[in-house]
Amino acid sequence: MDASRRPNQLFRNLNAKLASIPMIVTALVVFVGGTTWTVVHSFTNSRLLPKLNFVGLDQYERLWSSSRWMISIENLAIYGACSMILSLLIGFTLAALLDRKIRFEGAFRTIFLYPFALSFVVTGLAWQWILNPDFGIQGVVRDWGWEGFVFDPLNNPDIVIFGILIAGIWQGSGFIMVIMLAGLRGIDEDIWKATRVEGIPAWKTYIQVIIPMMRPVFVTALVLIASGIIKLYDLVVAQTNGGPGLSSEVPAKYVIEYMFRAQNLAQGFAASTMMLVSVIIILVPWAYLEFGGKKRG
Amino acid sequence: MNSVEIKNLDLSFGSVKVLQNLNLDIGQGEFIVLLGSSGCGKSTLLNCIAGLLDVTGGQIHINGKNVTWAEPSERGIGMVFQSYALYPQMTVEKNLSFGLRNAKMPKDEIDARVARAAEILQIQPLLNRKPGALSGGQRQRVAIGRALVRDVDVFLFDEPLSNLDAKLRADLRVEIKRLHGQLQNTMIYVTHDQIEAMTLADRIAIMKGGKIMQLGSPHEIYNRPQNLYVADFIGSPSMNFIKGDLSGGTFRAGDMVIPVDGYDFAEGTKREGAAIFGVRPEHIATGDALASAPIRTQVTVDLVEPMGADTLIYSSIAGTPVHIRMDGQAVVRKGDTVEIGINPKDASLFDPDSELRL
Repeated sequence: MDASRRPNQLFRNLNAKLASIPMIVTALVVFVGGTTWTVVHSFTNSRLLPKLNFVGLDQYERLWSSSRWMISIENLAIYGACSMILSLLIGFTLAALLDRKIRFEGAFRTIFLYPFALSFVVTGLAWQWILNPDFGIQGVVRDWGWEGFVFDPLNNPDIVIFGILIAGIWQGSGFIMVIMLAGLRGIDEDIWKATRVEGIPAWKTYIQVIIPMMRPVFVTALVLIASGIIKLYDLVVAQTNGGPGLSSEVPAKYVIEYMFRAQNLAQGFAASTMMLVSVIIILVPWAYLEFGGKKRG
Repeated sequence: MNSVEIKNLDLSFGSVKVLQNLNLDIGQGEFIVLLGSSGCGKSTLLNCIAGLLDVTGGQIHINGKNVTWAEPSERGIGMVFQSYALYPQMTVEKNLSFGLRNAKMPKDEIDARVARAAEILQIQPLLNRKPGALSGGQRQRVAIGRALVRDVDVFLFDEPLSNLDAKLRADLRVEIKRLHGQLQNTMIYVTHDQIEAMTLADRIAIMKGGKIMQLGSPHEIYNRPQNLYVADFIGSPSMNFIKGDLSGGTFRAGDMVIPVDGYDFAEGTKREGAAIFGVRPEHIATGDALASAPIRTQVTVDLVEPMGADTLIYSSIAGTPVHIRMDGQAVVRKGDTVEIGINPKDASLFDPDSELRL
């Protein structure tokens, strides 16, 4: 072979290129292909089987006039906002408390992280029992003699989403705590010393110095929490199965129901396309602010 | 009145004693360097003075006030850290003023102090930048500025130059010395770099195993080390040590005989028996300097290290390997025989058992 000739660019790092083909294929076929297929079929009147019989925006009109979908959206909004704020707040507070060089830190860390090892179905069932008015917290408190005590979020349509929220927070905040703790451990010890020498109280140090320094950690945590919110499904199924009535329906559940139970594929596709659109609407401006536009200094 | 007084200070972590019964008095406006290898307790001592570590026993007084249990911010100290410890999300100006704003100081006063610190350290053009946009030397200046605006009596430096490259380190070293001359504050400076210690200090405290091995001026530490550890630690390459016997006013090691008439014995230590004779490579005379050295001998050169300004020779005296520092212009080759001279006045004698200076 003539070593002086420039080798064909196609064959450079051939092993690496071969190894990455499966992932590239998966990404193209499953994510891009699957998404496109779903969006296209959401404009059809497919029922049990996918058909390419286009009906324009009919499915979307039906979707937005359905009260079940509106309840789902509203529930997801409440769950999402509360879960975002509470997970961050509780996760960070727990991490900050653990970071104060306490005793038995390892044990506490394990306890707080443990719920994360449970599946949503197990979490949902456990909390369904805990929140059961007859056998759970309400029952126990009434047995203690406080007869008028009422705590039945899963049976009250007005607050049922908060009953699900409790389980979701319990399951997820330990994981956020671990991420935050890793972030806190990455803060130089000297920063703490410097603020102590300057006489800045610990809470103020957290808010004005430490949290701004942990911005990348917060972004990671937000992405993880957000993805958990969007795919909220199994927790609802295990705890209430959408009840009482339709009061704890969520979009992901709507999609599954229409695709596989109601045998109305196109309606499910329209709902899932709306979920994708809303994620993009939130994600794009944020990504633009974070990565494009201004240069970070 | 002393600026800082440390009385019988003890610090242990569990059963590990890091500082033991340590006493140190630091005068007003004095520049003290705590010097030692890693793990000797020098940074720990500084953190105790700053109040960042709780002591196990003893007392710390700053400006005549017992501050052993006072918060760091109430001790009248400013501190500069090795990693700068600047707040990365704030501009330089905010970094300097953060502590003052937090203490609810009037705005005019804050501005005046920041302006003064910026002027002294020549960082005015950097005030609106964030630490991420500064070089290491500039960051350390800002860190010094943050201690400066606190308008305190005692400055604590925890290896402030260790993260900088050699040239910047030398520049900033001079600047810290100039700053001390200008401000006349008490400064306590921790380092493992003996050049920094020698150039900056009014007095050096050499530490080992949580104890101060010797406290004295750089001149004293260099010329009259009180024990083997200090003699070995200070100076690069370190002092040559030759084991032998003292008898009848002479030191004998193998066929080498050195009369020690000129040697300045510490009071009551003149005696017969085993001893260690220490002499620095630069105190072994060669060439023109031979005339002033009373004891002469010939040695064979094993290895030559030309370093420009001077030349280092590896050889041996009475079977002990020694380093000899020669003039950089001297022409020597491996295998040559060189005449050397030793003046007992420049040498140090140590007791091999107690390791103390005789």
